[in-house]
Amino acid sequence: MKTILGAFILVVSFSAINGGVFVEDLPNDDGSALLVFWNPTDNPEAVGYLVYRKDSPGEGFYFLGRLSSPAETVFVDCDPRYPLEAGMNVSYKIVAVSQQETELDVIGESDFFSSSASIFNKTKVNTFLAAALAFILIVYFINSAKKGKLLFIRKIAGLDALDEAVGRATEMGRPVLYVPGLSTMDDIATVASINILGPVSKKVAEYESTIIVPSADPIVYTVTSEVVKESYLEAGRPDAFNSDQVFFISEHQFAFVAAVNGIMLREKPATNLFLGMFWAESLLLAETGNSTGAIQIAGTDAVTQLPFFITSCDYTLIGEELYAASAYLSKDPVLCATIKAQDIEKGLIIVLLVALSALSVLNLFVFKSDVIWRLISAFFRVE
Amino acid sequence: MSTSIWVWIAAFLTLTIYSFLYKDNPLYRFAEHVFVGASVGWSIAIVWHMTAIPYIAMPLRDAFIQSNWPGFIYVAIPTLLGSLYFFRFFPKQSWLARWPIALMMGYFNGISISPSIETNIFPQVQGTILTGFNPTSLNSWWALLLLVGVVSTLFYFFFSLKHEGIVGKTSRLGIWFVMIAFGASFGYTIMARVSLLIGRIQFLLHDWLGILR
Repeated sequence: MKTILGAFILVVSFSAINGGVFVEDLPNDDGSALLVFWNPTDNPEAVGYLVYRKDSPGEGFYFLGRLSSPAETVFVDCDPRYPLEAGMNVSYKIVAVSQQETELDVIGESDFFSSSASIFNKTKVNTFLAAALAFILIVYFINSAKKGKLLFIRKIAGLDALDEAVGRATEMGRPVLYVPGLSTMDDIATVASINILGPVSKKVAEYESTIIVPSADPIVYTVTSEVVKESYLEAGRPDAFNSDQVFFISEHQFAFVAAVNGIMLREKPATNLFLGMFWAESLLLAETGNSTGAIQIAGTDAVTQLPFFITSCDYTLIGEELYAASAYLSKDPVLCATIKAQDIEKGLIIVLLVALSALSVLNLFVFKSDVIWRLISAFFRVE
Repeated sequence: MSTSIWVWIAAFLTLTIYSFLYKDNPLYRFAEHVFVGASVGWSIAIVWHMTAIPYIAMPLRDAFIQSNWPGFIYVAIPTLLGSLYFFRFFPKQSWLARWPIALMMGYFNGISISPSIETNIFPQVQGTILTGFNPTSLNSWWALLLLVGVVSTLFYFFFSLKHEGIVGKTSRLGIWFVMIAFGASFGYTIMARVSLLIGRIQFLLHDWLGILR
């Protein structure tokens, strides 16, 4: 009975069998990959296989890939040069090949087979659970904040100096330079920087000072322009907003730096704020700003650039301090709630790290089983 | 010495940019404006030839010729949404530019959730958990140090707790770990920057002046 059942499962699972070439759909994908496998050749001259594919019955086969060992009998078709889409009907031909690249035997051709997209990617259940937990915590704390529960945010040194820095620029009659990094809107650091730009430009507007915001990305420029304009409006000084204060320079990293360095030397801003994502230009910007005698506050989550900002700026927001800055500055209950939720997540990570480490060590001496480590590996696995 | 006009132009621009080390001067300003202008012009050409033509003009034309109306709409809708950015030039309708901005921000924030968890959290947590401890092995002590470093650094990044008492002490330890890491990173990056400088000096002395062989 078991043999019959096994044979039935084999027939069902090998969805396309012809001449020893089998095709199977890869699970948990968008239908852009198929698994092809076949029986190995018994030709002693064979040193590998050539894989061919055709995309419709009327077409001929075209070359897809090469396997360089006769023992390798599995091929995953996911080459972006020959993309597969869910529902596409394809057939494969496998040919054994000799050292001289001569085609030996045709192992077989598969029937036409179409890949399908999975609705749910089961390998990402762990990511889903972590994201769901984060959402639940954020929604919970936002609701608490809306009900009037005050959420505490600790002092962030660089941000306390912001008032002083803007005030100094006003006293000296010089502008404030705000560089929102060189990245695009898909970068969390850029989003965080734009969140800070709002309160900063509002403060600048209230102090009747001037802010200069150069951008290295057209979309970031559009957003920063809207944010500064809105802040001037909120400060009750829409007439003071000059659209030339916010401008696009260049997407090219060092062209942007050359221009911003020129601005620092010619306009002589009293305060330079470098907040966002930076790469190799960080030291060039901060050193030039330092040589002009400006107060400099920097912040980024680029770990390799933080040391340069720390050495050449007066205050530096390290990593996540940049994300927390907008909540700290605005005291907006919703933003504070997200910070609180993130802290809970960090707390959970600490508990997980300490507890699982203790359990692993205990297991080593007491239980002596690899089950615990296998569970940990399974949960944190990313595919 | 080089006889190529392009090497001479590159050497001239390199020296004018380096003249900034002395002070701001007309030559630096010239190079700065050439650099910005050329890079913007180059970006426009790249966007036109690598985005506008292959992803907008050609698919729209092909879909129109083949009367593939679903395909036409599939390209036309994002193109129209993107075109809303141009309303920034019309003050009364400039609010329309906020639509693609909102769409972009929502899309990018949403799409970064899963990769953030998969790259910033899971592998880091798994890599930090102590898998065993052998007091005679140096690797075990390094692993323990890593665990202490990660936990104390996370304490530093608690924003909704006052940094007093045990939290304050642990976060102070955390910032020590952070600063040691930054020191190592500083030295490492400086080495990479010096190699860039060497590359430029080699260009001047070898490609341009021919002093270095």
